Amino acid sequence: MSNSLLWYTTRGAGAVSMILLSTVVILGILSTQRLQSPGWPRFLTTGLHRNLALMTLVFLVLHIVTAVVDPFTNLGWAAALIPFSSYYRTLWLGLGVISFELLLAIVFTSLLRGYLGHRVWRAIHWLTYAAWPVGVLHGLGTGTDTWAAWMLAITGACVAGVGIAIVMRLTSGATDPLAPSRTAFRSAVDRREAR
Amino acid sequence: MSREFNLVVDRITCDGRGLCAELLPELIRLDDWGYPILRPGPLPEHLLPLAQRVVEDCPVLAIALRRTERRK
Repeated sequence: MSNSLLWYTTRGAGAVSMILLSTVVILGILSTQRLQSPGWPRFLTTGLHRNLALMTLVFLVLHIVTAVVDPFTNLGWAAALIPFSSYYRTLWLGLGVISFELLLAIVFTSLLRGYLGHRVWRAIHWLTYAAWPVGVLHGLGTGTDTWAAWMLAITGACVAGVGIAIVMRLTSGATDPLAPSRTAFRSAVDRREAR
Repeated sequence: MSREFNLVVDRITCDGRGLCAELLPELIRLDDWGYPILRPGPLPEHLLPLAQRVVEDCPVLAIALRRTERRK
């Protein structure tokens, strides 16, 4: 395989990973908002969220493997697995490794959600809010195409999309119609059990 | 002896997200507040795969599949 093919694959898979991951994050946030219509049931949001997340991992593995086996970069496997161990652009590659490993943990615990329980799973799932920006920073810092107009447009769209979804989530308030009553009931149960 | 499956909702955990009723309308409908009402009785065999999907996809893990042995 020619070296330039590997290098183009690395760059392409990196860009695709960012698009997929941003879409996954947006879908994840939307699934907390109980959006639904006759043409878009709620299980579609969560199903897409899960399947695109798995696809993101596939493209990230492609991105990392092609970067490491490319003889021109000479990165070595340690640089791909241990954060900040790369001689080349130590900070930016390190951020990429951290983002990837956080995502691995998030996906792995999601697959085991039934065994871990909802609370543990959810706590780990919040790490997405670290993994996504760290991954985007990695792309901004070391992407070969970062400042090309088309790549700037892609990055801008991803950041804007996730940003809008986060603002929506923060401003929408409780989505559970019975939230106040449920909180009251839970605290009553806790009080009773504490006695 | 035959195996029987039942869906069980944890009413304290349930958040009324409604995915279960979308995935398994044969057995689950929603009340006026969006909380599930299950059709009583054992789960028909052919709905088992859908019921498993319901259990896996519940956003708050509030629904479970119980297996009961039953003497014929």
